[in-house]
Amino acid sequence: MKRTQLKTLGSTVAMLALVAGSASADEEANLVVNEEIEMVVRTDAPAHVENLSTIYSGWVFRSDETQALQMDDFDNPGMIFVDQAAERWAEVEGKNGKSCASCHGDVEEGMKGVRAVYPKWVESAGEVRTLEMQINDCRTNAMDAEPWKYTSGSMTNMVALISVQSRGMPVNVAIDGPAEMMWEQGKELYYTRTGQLELSCANCHEDNYGNLIRADHLSQGQINGFPTYRLKNAKLNSVHARFKGCVRDTRAETFSPGSEDFVALELYVASRGNGLSVEGPSVRN
Amino acid sequence: MASGVKPRVKVPKTASAGEAITIKTLISHKMESGQRKDKEGNVIPRSIINRFTCDFNGQNVISVTLEPAISTNPYVEFEATVPEAGEFKFTWYDDDGSVYDTAKSVAIG
Repeated sequence: MKRTQLKTLGSTVAMLALVAGSASADEEANLVVNEEIEMVVRTDAPAHVENLSTIYSGWVFRSDETQALQMDDFDNPGMIFVDQAAERWAEVEGKNGKSCASCHGDVEEGMKGVRAVYPKWVESAGEVRTLEMQINDCRTNAMDAEPWKYTSGSMTNMVALISVQSRGMPVNVAIDGPAEMMWEQGKELYYTRTGQLELSCANCHEDNYGNLIRADHLSQGQINGFPTYRLKNAKLNSVHARFKGCVRDTRAETFSPGSEDFVALELYVASRGNGLSVEGPSVRN
Repeated sequence: MASGVKPRVKVPKTASAGEAITIKTLISHKMESGQRKDKEGNVIPRSIINRFTCDFNGQNVISVTLEPAISTNPYVEFEATVPEAGEFKFTWYDDDGSVYDTAKSVAIG
């Protein structure tokens, strides 16, 4: 690891002494992107996360080589997709002859801080919305263009472009007020066992983070780094695509990306990372 | 021309004479191997970047032959000694005959 669980190390004092050097160095590793943006990769858990004392970004659990990829935008393969979305930002689409830029102006100004607070309750719509839902709302209503498929490349790349404008800012998702019901629904889903393997999110990401799952270290399942560039499929992956993969791995019928259940789960999981930095696009294996 | 191809390079703006600098290059390209088949079972034709070169003030620094097994968005990093101020010229050659190039200047200082 990365975050070898200290309680297991503690059982053998001699072994602890041997491992302590490298393990503690890893424990201390900090993420600074472009020698400029300092990311919070570990911090105290928010009060509403009862079973964790410290929350960790998924970056902490990755190998040195994978970690290094995220420390420079040139090395981060996810930035290719951000560039593609930046071109889309100014591209006029739909019957109203508008691009994203027509209403929102420069993406750096217009989208600053947006990623950090989503999913959020949108008063005008009377529902909790993810960034993807908001983008498609713009596309269908403001632009009169075809909506993007929820986990499509175009969609995920655009979410990544918007995330970049909030990099380094703390995730700050509101869980009270009108969003509370949805949050409770997400929390229930988080602790509900699914599939033939009867696993809930918590069984892996709360009870066993830092331990191996096959050849990989389990993270806390934080989504502050999404969209995530995964080395295994060489593209950006959206939150709901990841949820779908996880639920599938419990051998269950999954919810659909964009469904109410996943929106609720995203709200809850995002709120578990309140205080970590927005990292998207992050690099994971 | 394959779609979405965009070369990127990272070269330090300045170097001291004789210094070895690290150069990073990346070109976004799908690098279709020619081994895959589509849903109907037809072979997807090969389309890769087959050669990459870097020249400094007209002198060749590196020349690379790329093969079909090289993954999407090929990234090449290498070191080059800079004897004098000048310009690095980077060129990628596509299977379909397209040539993509870009250049970066280095000052001595």
